[in-house]
Amino acid sequence: MPTADQESVKNFLTELLTRATTPQGITWLEKQLAEAQTESKFFQAFSTVPRFVGKKKLEVTETDIATAEALRPGFNPQGWTADQVARTLLALSLPHQSPEEYVKTLDKLFATADVNELVALYAALPILPYPEKLVPRMAEGVRTNMTLVFEAVALQNPYPHDYLPEEAWNQLVLKSIFTSRPLYRIYGLENRRNLKLTQTLSDFAHERWAAGRTLSPEVWRNVGPFVDETIWPDIQKLFTQPNELEQQAAALVCAESNFPEAKTMLETVPDLKAKIASGELTWNTIGEAVAAQSV
Amino acid sequence: MNITSPFPLIDPHIHMTSRTTDDYEAMRRAGIVAIIEPAFWMGQPRTEAGTFKDYYSHLIGFERFRSSQFGIKHYCTIGLNSKEANNEALAEQVMELLPLYVAKEGVVGVGEIGYDDQTAAEDKYYRLQLEIAKDVNLPVQIHTPHRDKKKGTLRSMEVALEHGIDPGMVIVDHNNEETVKDVLDRGFWAAFTIYPHTKMGNERMVEIVKQYGPERIMINSAADWGISDPLAVPKTVALMLERGIPEEQVRLVSYGNALAAFGQSGQMPESDWLEAQPVDQSQKFSGSSILRGGQTPRIDEPNTPTSNIIR
Ligand SMILES: [Zn+2]
Repeated sequence: MPTADQESVKNFLTELLTRATTPQGITWLEKQLAEAQTESKFFQAFSTVPRFVGKKKLEVTETDIATAEALRPGFNPQGWTADQVARTLLALSLPHQSPEEYVKTLDKLFATADVNELVALYAALPILPYPEKLVPRMAEGVRTNMTLVFEAVALQNPYPHDYLPEEAWNQLVLKSIFTSRPLYRIYGLENRRNLKLTQTLSDFAHERWAAGRTLSPEVWRNVGPFVDETIWPDIQKLFTQPNELEQQAAALVCAESNFPEAKTMLETVPDLKAKIASGELTWNTIGEAVAAQSV
Repeated sequence: MNITSPFPLIDPHIHMTSRTTDDYEAMRRAGIVAIIEPAFWMGQPRTEAGTFKDYYSHLIGFERFRSSQFGIKHYCTIGLNSKEANNEALAEQVMELLPLYVAKEGVVGVGEIGYDDQTAAEDKYYRLQLEIAKDVNLPVQIHTPHRDKKKGTLRSMEVALEHGIDPGMVIVDHNNEETVKDVLDRGFWAAFTIYPHTKMGNERMVEIVKQYGPERIMINSAADWGISDPLAVPKTVALMLERGIPEEQVRLVSYGNALAAFGQSGQMPESDWLEAQPVDQSQKFSGSSILRGGQTPRIDEPNTPTSNIIR
C-alpha cells in the first residue's frame, strides 16, 4: 500500500500554501504548529484556520502535480484551497507516536467537524500517518449525505482505490453514478472493476430503460472485462442508443472485452475502433464530454 | 398571504431544525436571505452529552446545508441553554464540548444562554459561558426568562457587565415594553420575538419602533417546534411600512442591526449572500442530487442556489 513521507509532503504543501496566503497567514500557521500541542488548542486552531489563512484556491502547475504524484501516487492537490492545505498541515503535525492516540484524536476531529473541515480531512487521508487504520473512517465517508464531502471522498482521492474493501468501493461507485458525479475523476476506477459491480450496474440499466430513461455512458466503464452472455444484450442495446456517447461507450466496452461477439461487433464500427486504437476515444474523453453536457 | 419584502431580511433567531422545507421556501420568497439559529431546548430534556454534540454538529452541518438549498445563508450560535444547565452532571460534560464548536466557521455568537428559573446552576453556567465568549471574542445572545422577565433581564445584563463584557457585544432577546428601555439605556442590543397570539405581536412592535426608534433594535421569529411563525419578520416589516415607519428604519430593525451586532463575530460578512454566486457553482453542479428516480431537475435562475445534499 502506498504511503507518503510526511516531512516531504509537509514541505511541498507549505510551498503551495505560501503562494495562496499572506505572509501573516503563514506566520499564524507556524505559530499554531509550534504551539498547538494540547488537543483543545489544536482543535481551536483547526477551526479558526480560514480567518487567518483565507480560502483562496491553490494555483497548481503541471510540475506541482508531478511532484504530488511522486510523493504519493494519486495525490493531487488541484482544486484544494488555502484553508484546506493549512488544515492538512495541522493534521499532519499532530503528534503521532501512538497509532491508537492518533486515530482517537482524529476521530474526535471528524466527529465535530463542519463541511469544510470534513472535506480537508477526507482529502488528506491518503497522506496522513497510519492510513491503514482509517479504513472504517473512509467507509463512513462514503455514506455521507453532503455533496462536497462525498466529492472529497470519491473524486481525485487515491485512498478508496488503495484501501477500501470491495463492498465499500462498489458503494462509492454506485453512489457516484446515482448522484451524477464524474466517474472519470474517481482514482483507479479501472483497477477495481469487478463482476459484482457489473451485475449491479446491469440491473440498474434495466431499471432505467424500463422506466424509459437513459443513463450516463460512463456507467459502462466498469463492465468491459466482465461481458458475458448475460451482459452482452445490454451492450448490443447500447449500440442502438441515439446518444453518440453511448455508442462510443459500447465500442470501448467491446475493445476491453474478450467475449467473441464483442470482438466481432467492434469490427462493424471501424471508425470507432480506429479512434480507440489511436487514443482519441477513451473513457476519459467520454467522461469529460458527459461532464461538459451536465454543467 | 403573499408577502415580499422590498429589501433583504435577516431573521436572527429561528430554530429551523424544527421546521419544514416549506418554511424555507416561504421565507426565501418573502425576502429572508440569512438566518441565525441559536442552540436551544429541543422540547424534551437531553440526557446524554452525546446528543448535544450531535445537535451542535447538526447546526453547523446538515441544517446549514438544508438552508443553502433554499438560498438562505444559515448561521448559528452555540451554547448550553439555561433550562438544561440545571442538570449539572450533564452540564459539566457539555461545557467540555463547547470549545470544539464556538470557533467554527459560521458560528456568530455564544447563545442562547442566560436564565430560565434563575437558579444557582443557571447562574454558574451562564457565567462560565460568558467567559468562553470573551475568550473567543464572540457576541453573546441572551435568552431572557418568561417568568419574572424584568428581574431576569436586568440580572442577565448586570452579570454580563460584571464579567467585563461590552454591552455592544450582547444581544438581549425576547424583550417587551417592560424591558426595552433598560436594555437600550445600558447600551445592549434589544431583540424582539414576534410570536403569533402572545409575546410581542406585530402591532405592539410597530409602536415600540415608533417610540424608541430603530437604533439597536432587531426583530426575530424565534420560530421552533411550537406555535410560531417563520414569516414573523417579513410580516412585521410589511406592517411597519404600511404604518408609515420610514424604510431606512424598518431596514435597520429587520436587517442592518442584526448584521451589525452578529457581524462582530467576523463570521457573517454581507458578501456571503450578496455574492452567493461563486459559492453556488459547486451546488449547481450537484443540482440533481435531491431528486428521486424519474423526477425532472428544477432549472434555476443563475442566482438561485440548488441542492447540495446527497441522499
Ligand atoms: Zn430560541
